[in-house]
Amino acid sequence: MYAIEARGLRKEFSGGVKAVDGIDLQVNEGEIFGLLGPNGAGKTTTIRMFATMTKPTSGQALLCGTDVTKDPDRVRRCIGIVFQDPALDDQLTGKENLDFHARMYGMPKKEREERIKEVLDIVELSDRANDLVEKYSGGMKRRLEIARGLMHRPKVLFLDEPTIGLDAQTRRVIWEHILKLNKAYRITIILTTHYMEEADFLCQRVAIVDHGKILALDTPGNLKNSMGGDVITLKVSDSEKMAKLMKPLKGAANIKVHDGSVSVALSHGSTKIPELFRLAENGGVTIESVDLHKPTLEDVFIHFTGKHIREQEANAGDRFRERARAMHRR
Amino acid sequence: MGANLNAIYIIWLREMKKFVRNKSRLLGNLAMPFFFLAFLGMGFNSLGMSGLPNGVSYLDFLAPGIVAMTVLFSSMFAGISILWDRQFGFLKEIMVAPVSRTTIVIGRIFAGMTTGIIQALVILGISILMGVKVASVVGVLFSVVFIILIAMSFVGLGISFASKMEDMHGFQLIMNFLIMPTFMLSGALFPLDKLPAWLGALSYVNPLTYGVDGLRSLITGVSHFPVLLDLGVLSGFCLAMILLARYLFNRTEV
Repeated sequence: MYAIEARGLRKEFSGGVKAVDGIDLQVNEGEIFGLLGPNGAGKTTTIRMFATMTKPTSGQALLCGTDVTKDPDRVRRCIGIVFQDPALDDQLTGKENLDFHARMYGMPKKEREERIKEVLDIVELSDRANDLVEKYSGGMKRRLEIARGLMHRPKVLFLDEPTIGLDAQTRRVIWEHILKLNKAYRITIILTTHYMEEADFLCQRVAIVDHGKILALDTPGNLKNSMGGDVITLKVSDSEKMAKLMKPLKGAANIKVHDGSVSVALSHGSTKIPELFRLAENGGVTIESVDLHKPTLEDVFIHFTGKHIREQEANAGDRFRERARAMHRR
Repeated sequence: MGANLNAIYIIWLREMKKFVRNKSRLLGNLAMPFFFLAFLGMGFNSLGMSGLPNGVSYLDFLAPGIVAMTVLFSSMFAGISILWDRQFGFLKEIMVAPVSRTTIVIGRIFAGMTTGIIQALVILGISILMGVKVASVVGVLFSVVFIILIAMSFVGLGISFASKMEDMHGFQLIMNFLIMPTFMLSGALFPLDKLPAWLGALSYVNPLTYGVDGLRSLITGVSHFPVLLDLGVLSGFCLAMILLARYLFNRTEV
């Protein structure tokens, strides 16, 4: 049995917007699985369907074998969820937030008290348990939310953009906690992210999502290897022409033109740079700069979608939201 | 059902904690009714108003109305405060828990009812200290029934509005066009007998009128309608509001 399974899962909003457009995936128990894609790709909607917060338009979402529309209460008991936006009551203490959760999930008194101690220990917040949440930092709030998601011993934990709006150092801390949970307690973790490094560092398998569809699904290692060697990016005077010039080059794969640059995958890339210069010179193209790197998930993303994840994310609304969120957490 | 009772309890407990911790809100809630009693009540009292029932001063007449006002404001706000949970994300935490929406509504209603009773009793106590004559102790005890019914009705109405609203923007409109007229046309401030026809008609369809009248009957000992009629109308309204809240909240998404 899979921890979660989607079969032709679709969600269409009024007005015909297809947020999720036919997703099939299976996640094994004990796996850390990532949905990687830009904002608006359909990641959160997918999670909301698995969390019984919104009903699929068609297709099936199964959680530990249970259809989410058939027995939502059972599904809710099986899952923990940490939302993208904070969902704590900051007029209550950390401990009271956990107690609220435990009682909502019908945990008996003794188990409740023990479990509150345990989860506070896991996220290292025991010494701040009786402080009002409004006094917590952004990272502490996130950790408390993760602790809360664990209270009722879920089989599957959903983390929707777990480190959005957090600084690099805090992000590291959250990552360590996520890895520990998975290793020590064998909890299946499904996370969404638009941070490449996050998906790469944490996930055993990654699905690249855009426009509500899964474009690729594999381990980060395999996805990167599928790029066919080192990625060389050239900033040139005429990227279309340069792309044509490179085509006959032996072993050249994944030639892509994107915003004034052209990238190509080549094994032993550093030895091929002189040849690229020769090709450019003969073809009358000027090379302004060269960049060579081992393939990253960013390259994989560009390969499948033809665009950077960053440039999509950087619209004004999102920037504002992130900033507001960061301020809220501070 | 066991889990649900526990859930009702914790939803209630959360509101109680916030109520106790937020001293300024409590003070703010009590200030307005107190000013009405002290300034309006004392002011008109000194005029020796005609048209009041025999042996009843304006302050005696006003006090039950101000008790009703306290409950109206506090319970309406308790219901609508679900919007804050929506705004700060906590509503999602409540909604994904394995408890029914009805459970959540019941928890909220109990919480709003409790805070409503407490505030109403404080105002009632203050008015007695200010010299309001009480008809009988038994009557005062039974007036709690009306306080409960008014509270439950308007928490229900508040939840209904909150289920349909995205954010707090509409709150001012509701305050000015619904809550204030409901209060002013409830017979809390002046007797219903000698009103112009249109004003009287508006007062008669106002459910709070029956709450105020019931309270006045039990606290001051005078009333416009028979107290059982008050009880009947208010109970019917209360039931309708609870069902409406349940219906609308069941359909809300986060």
